[in-house]
Amino acid sequence: MIYKGTKRGLLGAILIAVIVSFFSAHFNRYYQGVAIDVAINIVLAVSLNLINGYTGQFSLGHAGFMAVGGYIAAKLTLVFGATCAPWAQPLVFFAALVAGGLVAAMAGLAVGVPSLRLRGDYLAIVTLGFGEIIRVVFQNSETFGAATGLFGIPKWTTLAWSFGAAAITVYVVTCLVNSTYGRGFLAVHDDEIAAGAMGVNPTRYKVTAFVIGAFFAGVAGGLYAHLKTTLVPTGFDFMKSIDIVVMVILGGMGNTLGVILAAIILTLLPEVLRVVADYRMIIYALLIIALMLLRPQGLFSVRRKKGASK
Amino acid sequence: MSVELLKLDQVTIRFGGLTAVSALDLCIGEQELVGLIGPNGAGKTTAFNMITGVYQPTEGRITFAGNCTKGLRPYHLARAGIARTFQNIRLFASMSVFDNVRTAMQVHRQHGILDALLRGNNFRKGEKEVELRVMQLLEIFGLENVREENAKSLPYGDQRRLEIVRALATNPKLLLLDEPAAGMNPTEKVELMKLIRFVKEKFALAVLLVEHDMKVVMGICERIAVLDYGLKIAEGTPEEIRANPKVIAAYLGQETGGDL
Repeated sequence: MIYKGTKRGLLGAILIAVIVSFFSAHFNRYYQGVAIDVAINIVLAVSLNLINGYTGQFSLGHAGFMAVGGYIAAKLTLVFGATCAPWAQPLVFFAALVAGGLVAAMAGLAVGVPSLRLRGDYLAIVTLGFGEIIRVVFQNSETFGAATGLFGIPKWTTLAWSFGAAAITVYVVTCLVNSTYGRGFLAVHDDEIAAGAMGVNPTRYKVTAFVIGAFFAGVAGGLYAHLKTTLVPTGFDFMKSIDIVVMVILGGMGNTLGVILAAIILTLLPEVLRVVADYRMIIYALLIIALMLLRPQGLFSVRRKKGASK
Repeated sequence: MSVELLKLDQVTIRFGGLTAVSALDLCIGEQELVGLIGPNGAGKTTAFNMITGVYQPTEGRITFAGNCTKGLRPYHLARAGIARTFQNIRLFASMSVFDNVRTAMQVHRQHGILDALLRGNNFRKGEKEVELRVMQLLEIFGLENVREENAKSLPYGDQRRLEIVRALATNPKLLLLDEPAAGMNPTEKVELMKLIRFVKEKFALAVLLVEHDMKVVMGICERIAVLDYGLKIAEGTPEEIRANPKVIAAYLGQETGGDL
């Protein structure tokens, strides 16, 4: 009864995205770009929320996973996309996005298994280091264009692709968490020892969260690459990870709806405040400090309301 | 004694130079209610942590239902049928009462990650079953009206009760209670004793109780083992324990003021 309608909601969301996208020629290109940015950030923030929010594993490596997905997908379409027939383009794009996601997921597994014995700050440092390693690897790899990056990537990311991906991400995370299986993520977040005593394998849940989160970060990277048409390693630095973390914190850890709203706001805010764009990181820092002092549960958090008085 | 369920055979654990538990022998039969007592720092909770797989014994072996538990992690043992509560309540703070119990149903869940995503009939049937079982448990313990409350917002006694319910949701053969009476007032303690007896009968399981409160231990345990400085100094019925001079010495100090 609680689970009814979720699948229909997903299909509906994708359908709307496709229909809107169909008329996209009539829209202002600038607004369209911003809207796609919003969708990509939703994918990033909601997937990071599975790791940071629901499972409570503080990861600072999301930009790294995004880079993996972006580079892999871009390379694939650069190699296969140019020669394929126009009708096959969506298929190539889809395959490239999934491949990027899968390689990113493998990277998530590779980081997750050894580092998930670590807790809190230590895990944050390791994932931070990992993200930087990824960036440096791409920066020095001739195949991926080294420091100049990849360019001439086909501009295939449309409203339908990006919002479709966002809808699927939200669907997957919501469905996972709202199941008996998924309560394990929250259990690991709340109390690892108690979770273990109740038959939940904490390591397995943590790795699963990392792999799924990394997959969607990779897909977001692919979408990003085919929106901007160029990829430079510096686009995936530590600051990008922080951007996504801020969305999760602002939205409220473990609150998908809040995180979506935060992703929308934090994507639109720099656009609206173009004048003060240079001070964005300062504003972010102040925002986090203010938030931690005034509303540590996040701007939109409702989930923990009842327990607030513990 | 009935069929042997848990057996500790010369179990020793050392932390660096400190021997926390030394050559402990303990046997718990099916559906038996055994108490483990001892002064502060005697090694009771350490013994608990070895039984549940949090610590691995340095020497000796633990067998549960005939299988050696060496190398098994807590979640393995939870699935094998050992459930526990904690000395300082460890409920899942961000979840409702219902979800706390639901999480412990992991052990019996028939559907996994893919089912959760595809939400097919299998999944819905499985979730329905889980929900039904959780509600049954909550009703047995009179917690059905607070099912949507946050677990940590319950009164203290109810939190203790919920922890027991959550442990029962794993459908254990052996329930370990770590100082369940801690912080309870006399009325709550009487309730607790009733509850433990009830749980043992209703769910047909063995209970190992670590407790400081003598009234509770003496009142319900069929057999009691006493630890002092990591050594088992006595074992027997409540009457025997009460009369045992070693136990009295451990708790009250020796009357003669000898070379303790």
